[in-house]
Amino acid sequence: MSTAAPPARLRPVWLAGAVLAALITTTVALTIGPASIGAGAALTEVADRLLPGTFDSGLTDVQKSVVWNLRFPRVVLGLLVGGSLAVSGAAYQGVFRNPLADPYLLGIAAGAGFGATLVFVSGTGDGVGAFDLTRVAAFLGALAAVGLTWAVGAVGGRKSGRRLRTPNSVTLILAGVAVASFFTALQTYVQQLDDDTISRVYLWILGSLTTRGWDEALTLLPVALACAVVLTATARLMDVLAVGDDEATSLGLKVTQTRLLLIVVASLATAAAVAVSGLIAFVGLIVPHTIRMIFGASNRVVVPLSFFLGGIYLTACDVLARTLMSPAELPIGVVTAFFGAPFFILIMRSSSMSRALS
Amino acid sequence: MTTGVAVEIENLGVSIDGASLLRNVNITVNAGEWLCIIGPNGAGKSTMLRAVAGLTPFTGSVAVGGRSLDDVPARTRAQTVAFVPQNQVVPPGIRAVDYVLLGRNPWIAPLGKESRADMAVVHKVLDQLDVGRLASRELDTLSGGERQRIIIARALAQEAPVLLLDEPTTALDIGHQQDLLNLLDELRSDHQLTLISTMHDLSLAGQYADRLALLSCGELMATGTATEVLTENRINAHYRASVRILTQADGTILVIPARAPAAP
Repeated sequence: MSTAAPPARLRPVWLAGAVLAALITTTVALTIGPASIGAGAALTEVADRLLPGTFDSGLTDVQKSVVWNLRFPRVVLGLLVGGSLAVSGAAYQGVFRNPLADPYLLGIAAGAGFGATLVFVSGTGDGVGAFDLTRVAAFLGALAAVGLTWAVGAVGGRKSGRRLRTPNSVTLILAGVAVASFFTALQTYVQQLDDDTISRVYLWILGSLTTRGWDEALTLLPVALACAVVLTATARLMDVLAVGDDEATSLGLKVTQTRLLLIVVASLATAAAVAVSGLIAFVGLIVPHTIRMIFGASNRVVVPLSFFLGGIYLTACDVLARTLMSPAELPIGVVTAFFGAPFFILIMRSSSMSRALS
Repeated sequence: MTTGVAVEIENLGVSIDGASLLRNVNITVNAGEWLCIIGPNGAGKSTMLRAVAGLTPFTGSVAVGGRSLDDVPARTRAQTVAFVPQNQVVPPGIRAVDYVLLGRNPWIAPLGKESRADMAVVHKVLDQLDVGRLASRELDTLSGGERQRIIIARALAQEAPVLLLDEPTTALDIGHQQDLLNLLDELRSDHQLTLISTMHDLSLAGQYADRLALLSCGELMATGTATEVLTENRINAHYRASVRILTQADGTILVIPARAPAAP
């Protein structure tokens, strides 16, 4: 008899645990900083702003402003950026059946970096504020790179009947490498034209969650949530894609359309995150793989949990970035890479990764 | 329980990048029949299966149960024809139950989730193939024989009346080959499946399939029972192989490779 094993799915207890972990991380992040503010008072202040009714935190007006206008927006931004990068990473790994795929695979980082560098060199933006030209250019650069990658990948893809050529996983990844190299070369060339902006370009490339109030978080919020919802809703289709294009087609999946949808949504989430935070490496790689090792390989579990744990991981890294060399602040990309690189090596040594790469 | 349906293939042709891989193939597979496509490497066997499965563009027509599959939606085709390729992609870390559940995809709305009825089908086919105890195991921890059963289970979970199998016994030892072919024969009876497979082992093909179709250089050269198709001259002509055909007492035939005498 079959043991009636249930299918892979996100169990409520896992979701509750992820929400609890996010609350704990948020609480810790709210208390860390030059101004000494207790966890209870900080949470009460946030509750006073968000919930109906009045809650007295006992904080001074300055402390209230620190909590509500500095720390909490930064925490929310960390949760959204980390969640977006991780959920996109999970989606890319599912779509491309490649455990090394990450949100920057299709040239997103290089495109965003080129866009931002153009603005820095032209002196028309300072990289701060949700609608600063730097962020707009980074967003457009990221999307342009993805579009170019798709177009180039399609040249090497197959033509199916009367339909247009579409890229397959291999041609798309190769095209991503080529496009990323091209945009990186452009960015390097442009930044060499103006020595004065090189340090600012590098700081942007290393990433930051520095905010001025709520602009960045509120700008990212609808895009991040919408993309996370769509990717979670289509996670079952990623599991079908995992058996390869031919078998997925024979299972009734419209492979090209599904892949295009997933890539567009994941790229949108990544581009929106990159536009407000700069380039933050490794989140999209290590978070989904950690979840796979603990909770199983099904994207129905990996994708939604990636959103929560990606946000938690990045927020925790931001706490470290703010405290390790306080009062100076480390670029968050340094912290994520510092912890991410050894962790990634550990993953590569695991048997599951070895099997996937073999 | 599915009901057997006939597969009608008319003037089937496949060309890829200007190369003609299959030309003017006409054949009807009766409801509940097992047709085995044989032929040398490069004859077009897998191409023919892929065309029927809708995985490669083709000219001509393929109809199942009188309904043309030429322009039907992918989900409808998958509800009608299940395909087991020669080399399956097994996602790392996937459990047997989740893998078999993929077979229900044609019956689940794109943004929907499986129903209890879908899970009932999954567990039914797992039990039917005697692999229910493996439901929670990861596929990459199973033996070759167990894994092949799980892969067949995924195809059966599609509840399609037509099952296409490309070299299903590849990489199995002789015992597991017979085990799998016996299983397929049982399933064909139980589910009234119409089976189309490719096989390299001509003796096994002749013993299990109702009819054989010999492809060579993209053209259909012969169809019929094993006795009609498997002749020494024909195998010599199309495979360039020297063989002896032995007929056993029960009428089944064996194709034995025989080393040709060395040239003087």
